[in-house]
Parts: sequence; C-alpha cells; structure tokens
Amino acid sequence: MSFTIMGTGSGKPSLCKTNEDLVKIMDTNDEWIKTRTGISERYVCGEESVTDLACAAAEDAMNDAGISVKDLDLILCATISGDYITPSMACLVQERIGATCPSFDINAACSGFLYALDVAAGYYERKRVKNVLVIGAEQMSKLADWTERSTSIIFADGAGAVVLGEGEDFLSSQIASKGNHKVLYAENVKGNCPFTQQAPDNFNNYLSMDGQEVFKFASVSMARDLKRVMKEANLMGKDIAYVLPHQANRRIIDFAISKIPEIPSERFLVNIDKRGNTSAASIPILLDEYNKLGTFKDGDILLMSAFGAGLTTAACAIRWREK
Amino acid sequence: MTTFDKVVELLVDAKDCEKDSIKLESTWADLSLDSLDTVELVMNLEDEFGIQLEMNESLKTVGDVVRAIDEGLEQK
Repeated sequence: MSFTIMGTGSGKPSLCKTNEDLVKIMDTNDEWIKTRTGISERYVCGEESVTDLACAAAEDAMNDAGISVKDLDLILCATISGDYITPSMACLVQERIGATCPSFDINAACSGFLYALDVAAGYYERKRVKNVLVIGAEQMSKLADWTERSTSIIFADGAGAVVLGEGEDFLSSQIASKGNHKVLYAENVKGNCPFTQQAPDNFNNYLSMDGQEVFKFASVSMARDLKRVMKEANLMGKDIAYVLPHQANRRIIDFAISKIPEIPSERFLVNIDKRGNTSAASIPILLDEYNKLGTFKDGDILLMSAFGAGLTTAACAIRWREK
Repeated sequence: MTTFDKVVELLVDAKDCEKDSIKLESTWADLSLDSLDTVELVMNLEDEFGIQLEMNESLKTVGDVVRAIDEGLEQK
C-alpha cells in the first residue's frame, strides 16, 4: 500500500518584494534577475516566523482534507531553515496545532519534500499510519547574504503542506544523493567552546552556491529523474497531466523541458516568477496553488522533480484523486 | 562537418546567434551569452559529441570550446 493526497495547503509570508525593491538595496536590475532566474517578485517573512507559515500550511491542508488534528499519525517536515536547530520544526508544529503523533524533520535541502513523501510511503507500506501531514517550509531569506546578489535575488520564504491518506496513488519514486558539499552549502553555528579550534575570522553561515555547477547538475538530473519515474510506473509522455518541478530557476526548468520532448512544455507548472525559490517548500506551494485553482482532475498523473544541496535529487509520480 | 561548424549550428539553433557573427575568436559577451547560456551550450555539446567537458574559466571563446571538444574526442 502507498498513499493518496487528501488535501493541500500553504502559508504565505506577509511581504512581497519585487525586483525593483531589490534594486534599491543592491547592485542589480529587473532585467538581469528576470533573464537569469525568471523571477519577478518573491515573498519574505516580516513579523511572522517560518513556524507560523508551516502551521498555516498545516491547518489549510487539514481543512482541505477534511480531517482534524487528532486524526494525524505522523508529521514530517522538510526544512533547512527552521526557527530552531532543535527542536525540529515538525515538533514545533505538533506543539502549536495540538497534535500528539510522532514528528520529525527531514533535511534533504530543496529535495526535502519529495524525500519526505518517500519516507511516508515506507510508513504506509508497514501499515503504521493512516493520515500523515507532510510539510515543506523555509525561510531562505535568512540564509541568503543580502549584501550581495548571488543568492538573495533567488531565494524566498514560504510553506506548503499535504495531508496523505491510505491509497494506491504514489506510483513511483526515486531519491538519489551525490555527496558534494562544495557547490551548495551553509555552515552550522560554530559555538564558543574554548577547547575547539575557532572558526576563521571571515566565518559566516550564509548560503554559498556555485551557480554554474548547480545549474548543470540540476538540469541533467531533472530530465533523468523524470524519465526514471515514468519508466518505473510504466508511463508515457502522453499519460502525464502535469509536471511540478522544483522552482529553483526558470532556466533549469526550460532546459529540462528541452531534454524531455515527449512531455509538452505547457504541462510543466511554473510559479517561480511570483514566488522565487522556496527550497523544500516550492513543490507543495505549487501543488496547492494549482489544486485551489481546480486544475487537477480525478486520475491525473502528476510528476514531481527536485534537486538541492547534498547534492540530492528526487522525483515521483502521483495519481491525483478527486475528493 | 567540422567541430566549429557543429558549435556554430548549436549556437544558431539554441541561442539564436547570427551565423555570420560567430568566429573562433568570439567571446560569449560578443555573442550576448550569459554564464548560464554557456553552461547550456557545453551540456548540449557534451550530448552531441558524447564527451565530458570541464566547465572553467579557460573556456572564454568559441575557439576555446572547439579545442576542448577536439581534445575530448582524441581521448575517447
């Protein structure tokens, strides 16, 4: 047994910042950002915390699924930018919404939400759960270095969630890791232990990214992973209703599209222009946006694909069910 | 078809470059290509020729890429 998606939800930060807003604080321009990333505007946290966003997404998804907190058997949260190093964001959400089930986080960077779905599938296979809340929530704006443009123009904040129930609609899933910390990383705090070798004077824990290397890895892996999950589930291009790619960079999505001619480009859903790159939150945010628009029909096959620091990649095929 | 012809064909097809403006000494800036365009170009060339190319600062011009491909083909 695998699972079915019973409901979706999202939590949106209060502040919308356009490229023009960024031009006022750093050396960049609207055209430069748009042509390199496809981003026009993004949301970032103001007074609210990322836990607030995660809880809003959770409540929204439970409403959409028509279940209550007491029905939850597991909470999985994919994040790399929670409010606390410990406890986990999943436990913060559990505490706030009043759930009592086991709760833990998964760190697979931008691939985290799809890794979490893969983990959830294992709990269903072992028949240990009926309803699972899976959240992707990020406050990437605090990991980006706002004194320069390489990451701050791309990354953004947000949360998305799904409630899973018993079903047979998780058709195939692939997760992969290729350890390489140099191209995309953010270091942890160094502390003040007097016995430990001190961090260098120029230490910071901002996100560092080799854009060209990540671009190359991402474009290749997205096309490869989508083909793999299609093959595993015995799907042809014509069977695919929509593809929900991780919203990292419009150019990566366009390159992947050019490498999978069997899936028409209009079936790739995109919202990076309005949301930026929200890391592990990007796919559940995109899913919720199009679910609430009524885009998905009963039986639609959805493909999802993500990649991120690690390096990690993941993809899956899910059959959509009308509630 | 020479390696140069093949690179020109890809630049024209994928990046809408003017065929006559592409010379061996053309830099990416001359052809109005940004850093991601060059990554895409290199990836497409790797597929086309079945070789691996190292992305680095030494690939500054069309001629640099042509040389790197020819070296890659020799080692195949």
